[in-house]
Amino acid sequence: MPVEVIYSWVPVWACLASLLAVVPIVWFGKRGMVNAREGATLVAGVVKFALVLSMLPLVRGGKVVECTLVEIAPGLALAFRVDGLGMLFALVASSLWIVTSVYAAGYMRGLKEHAQTRFAAFFAVSLSATLGVAFSANLLTMYVFYEMLSLATFPLVTHHQDKEARTGGRTYLSYLLGTSIGFALPAMIFTYVKSGGNLDFSVMGVLAGHVGHGEALVLLLLFVFGFAKAGLMPFHSWLPGAMVAPTPVSALLHAVAVVKVGVFCVIRVVTGIFGIDFLKEMDLGIVVSWIAAFTVVVSSLIALSQDSLKRRLAFSTVGQLGYIVLGVSFLTPYGVTGSMLHIAMHAFGKITLFYCAGAIFVACGKKYVSELSGLGRSMPFTMGAFTIGALSVIGFPPTGGFLSKLYLLLGAAQTGHFSLVVVYVISTVLNAAYFFPIFYIAFFGKDSGAPRKLQEAPPACVVPLCLTAVGSVLLFFFPDVLLGLAESMLPPGEQP
Amino acid sequence: MVEQLPAIVVLAPMFASLVVILVGLRWRSWCYPLTLAGLAATLAAAVGLVGRVYREGVIDYFMGGWETPLGIGIQLRVDALNALVLVTIATVALIVGVYSFRREVDVKAPAKTAPFYTLFLLLVTGLCGITVTADAFNLFVLLEVTSLTSYGLIAMGSSKRGKLAAFNYVIMGTIGASFILLGTGYLYIRTGTLNMVGIREVIVAQDLYGSTTIVVAFILMMVGVFIKMAFFPLYGWLPNAYSYCPSTSSCILAPLMTKVSIYIMIRMMLGIFGAEYVFQEHATTIVVWLAVMAIVAGSLLALAQVELKKMLCYLIVAEVGYMVGGAWLANHWGMVGALYHIVSDAIMTLCLFLGASILWSRLKARRIDDLSGAFRKMPWTMAGFVVGGLAMIGVPPTCGFFSKWFLIRGGMESGRWEYVVALLVSSLVNAVLFFRIFEIAYFGKKPAEGHDDSHGEESVERVGAPWTSTVALWVAAVLVVLVGVFNGEIAAFFARGLEGMAIVGSAGGGN
Amino acid sequence: MGFLTEYVIPHFNFWIYVILLMIGLYAMITKNNLIKKLIGMSIFQTAIILFYVSLAAKEGARIPILTGDVLYAEKKLHAVVEEGGGKEAVGPQITQISQIEASAVAEDEEEEEVGEELLSYGKNFGEELDEGAVGHDHLGLIDPDAYANPLPHVLMLTAIVVGVATLGVGLAIVQMIYREYGTIEEKEILEKVKEGEGKYG
Repeated sequence: MPVEVIYSWVPVWACLASLLAVVPIVWFGKRGMVNAREGATLVAGVVKFALVLSMLPLVRGGKVVECTLVEIAPGLALAFRVDGLGMLFALVASSLWIVTSVYAAGYMRGLKEHAQTRFAAFFAVSLSATLGVAFSANLLTMYVFYEMLSLATFPLVTHHQDKEARTGGRTYLSYLLGTSIGFALPAMIFTYVKSGGNLDFSVMGVLAGHVGHGEALVLLLLFVFGFAKAGLMPFHSWLPGAMVAPTPVSALLHAVAVVKVGVFCVIRVVTGIFGIDFLKEMDLGIVVSWIAAFTVVVSSLIALSQDSLKRRLAFSTVGQLGYIVLGVSFLTPYGVTGSMLHIAMHAFGKITLFYCAGAIFVACGKKYVSELSGLGRSMPFTMGAFTIGALSVIGFPPTGGFLSKLYLLLGAAQTGHFSLVVVYVISTVLNAAYFFPIFYIAFFGKDSGAPRKLQEAPPACVVPLCLTAVGSVLLFFFPDVLLGLAESMLPPGEQP
Repeated sequence: MVEQLPAIVVLAPMFASLVVILVGLRWRSWCYPLTLAGLAATLAAAVGLVGRVYREGVIDYFMGGWETPLGIGIQLRVDALNALVLVTIATVALIVGVYSFRREVDVKAPAKTAPFYTLFLLLVTGLCGITVTADAFNLFVLLEVTSLTSYGLIAMGSSKRGKLAAFNYVIMGTIGASFILLGTGYLYIRTGTLNMVGIREVIVAQDLYGSTTIVVAFILMMVGVFIKMAFFPLYGWLPNAYSYCPSTSSCILAPLMTKVSIYIMIRMMLGIFGAEYVFQEHATTIVVWLAVMAIVAGSLLALAQVELKKMLCYLIVAEVGYMVGGAWLANHWGMVGALYHIVSDAIMTLCLFLGASILWSRLKARRIDDLSGAFRKMPWTMAGFVVGGLAMIGVPPTCGFFSKWFLIRGGMESGRWEYVVALLVSSLVNAVLFFRIFEIAYFGKKPAEGHDDSHGEESVERVGAPWTSTVALWVAAVLVVLVGVFNGEIAAFFARGLEGMAIVGSAGGGN
Repeated sequence: MGFLTEYVIPHFNFWIYVILLMIGLYAMITKNNLIKKLIGMSIFQTAIILFYVSLAAKEGARIPILTGDVLYAEKKLHAVVEEGGGKEAVGPQITQISQIEASAVAEDEEEEEVGEELLSYGKNFGEELDEGAVGHDHLGLIDPDAYANPLPHVLMLTAIVVGVATLGVGLAIVQMIYREYGTIEEKEILEKVKEGEGKYG
């Protein structure tokens, strides 16, 4: 069944919307018109989301939207292509940006941070890069935006410009640039050479029949580790390091945009460059499975021992990213669908958790799990949302996380490797183990002597986190759109 | 007029230099506009030549109409290999020309202004001449014109060490040029002509591939040109010479001298000896390994530097390794990559040296540590510098990324994995180098211990730069991106010049 | 001995230039005194000039300058051949003219040799032309083998100019160095550089 292709500039505009917003942001920022600056961000966010949304019916109708910008290397173009997976990711990222921009305004003002204009500007650039990755039609375009995202987020991660930020920033860039230049770039060029100059994503892959077993294995490993944003061990330590960033950055970038770009790239490479059938034929999925399984279990164990709330969340993210990679490495319909779904479900759950961590910090300056005792009584909304987010990440109904985990579990069962099913079960138990104590002591723990009155963060912080928490629940009841998008990516005739 | 373009591209800067010395000694303020006019004419001629080559193919031009059979004619040849190199030379020269307004020499030693611009223009004359000539002996003469002017440009500054560096450069440069002259002599013994095309024809017609004389000539010329381009292990003269000279001199010399030497090497390899002769198994292996060592050594030595310009100089050594290695991969894409990198490296080195020069002159930042807080003091200059740095690392869509793309592709296709690894390692080292600089410029030397409310609010004086400098830097930065975006066209143009050469992996397969 | 007679003696010019070249290179690299380095550079360059000039040398060859008489004779022969258009009579005519010209040349004692050459050449050529052994286009009095090759000399004039210029620049720089450091010994300069490290410029 040939896919109907529609040529349109909408994906380009969707991508550019936030990049263009940099101009008014800086213009207003320089003149001290803070509200106008925040307004510009918000307008850009809404426009962006609307543009993405406008393409949704087309993509749901089984069509793809394409646009070629310029020929950037012989036979290669900077090209956009919107399909189910890209749409899914773009929807998540652009909708959460709107929420985050509200939250960020509240957070940054609440803490009287410096250089807010720079922050807002680079935030917008990062979002452009994220959508660029989501809509890339080929590996080169994806790589271009991947690098752009690494660089654009550097000033955000190191926002505080103190010693800690410098250390974190160093780790951040050295891992991300080091792996992308050292692994992904040569892998990409090798693919280009081997495939006869073709880097376009397609269901059948471009490598089938061009490389042998050994070469395919090396390429796969180079790609999987090369996109270190996916946080597979041993290239995960940038993520905890990047927690020096202000919380909105951690929330959007390190629960949604950056890390999901990493797993998105891995999914793209596995499904679009290698092709699921080719990998099955080579029996290579299992290699990635074990790397991912190792990451899932070990990071969950590390998360248990973290006292800093944000670091605990960071290691939890590493583990959840491992889930996604693990799912796609099953090469089964349920596994791949589950991975794609989990991108969205985890995004909503984890962003809620980060918002809560930030709100707690704004409201009472607490950063450590051990300090949270009794906080549920003074910050009921925040801690309530935290509970929902945590349940979603653990995979507890009625939250979105339950659905994606169900798919992943079924996918594991489809492979016939019983041990992989066990990995999911163990890790779910571990997830529960590192989250339950938090809201247990928050609600039932002893009072730390703090006054019992309501002491929430500013509404600009609390409203967004409630919204995303509600979103997590809603996704459980109305997953059709996302599910449809994810399933549209499977080879014909393989719907679960 | 159009027929005379190959001559004009050489003669325009030469006449400009004469006018500058005549007028400029009397009226100093005329030097700058006259220089710019001469360089603009050169650029126009070079661009015109690209257009002609695009339409007509190879252009052969005989000075004064003396054609080759008489053996004494001076032939110029412009083809797809050198037309873009000419444009690069002219562009870089013009940008540096714009930048040169009221720089070091002009301010500190006004009496030297006119001689300085005269040397500057003569240097451009020499560089253009080297590029267009089709005569092996004229190549030597023009190489010496270039070298002599550059000795002067380096020694002209107020730096004490610059003079010693210039002296070492004189010695090394002379050795290099003399080797080339000797090699030319051996070629002449065997083939009886000095015309590159003629030499090539005789070698092919008489099947001189086995001749010892030709081998000796080849080795001598290669060693000579390796010295001139500061190829590993003959790079010792370069870092001091380029880092202790007046900023305008370093901005013109660093991007162009080594790159034009690379072009000479490629012209010798393909135009005189022929690809089928040059690319023999053991020769390519040796040179590619030397290139690998150049890349690694250049990168590591750059890491060890504390001075900004010296660090950039060692990076040039590494970049020379890129290009020599690429050319010697004996592979179509390697050669295209080397040629493309001539253009892209010239532009990005220009960008970095302009940035470093502005930072040096305005902030007195010679050491990397002195750059503390430079992002706040000079945001525009630093932004331009960042673009150059990202290109050096190889971040898309700057030109540095696509150089690496072509070169790595060539390395993979020819199975030279050591070269591929060296390129990647050097990219990573570049990333470390530049982010170390960006970090210092962004965080300051001693960032605050903790994160509190007062951080970063202290007011920092903005330091302005003359608008000519900023414009020059930003034109260079924009070019870095443009050369990257239009890499397809540039590579295709160079590939035309490689048609018919016996290089493996032509444009046909796997485009 | 075999090596000597086979490689060294017939190519003695090469050996001499290589030895000179090495002397120059040695001085450039090892000498401590900057002026001595420049002297080495001069020797180095001169060796190359010697190499080129020796290429042009030939036993018994003359300087490549044509005298008026020879040119005149050549022109006349050309005219005869063109008029004759390849007919039989041309051969003897050429012989005749070459005899006349030869005697004219021979009046000058120094040119005697040339006159003889001319005569024998004219005779031979006339006979060969009659026999049909050669064509008209083979006519040419000037025998390249009799003259030294002028091209290397011309090249070396340029190279000498380049060399002088380089030396001039080198000496000027040494002078500047002496003014700055008060010495032209490289070691002492390097010591001073080390002392001054940190104080740039």
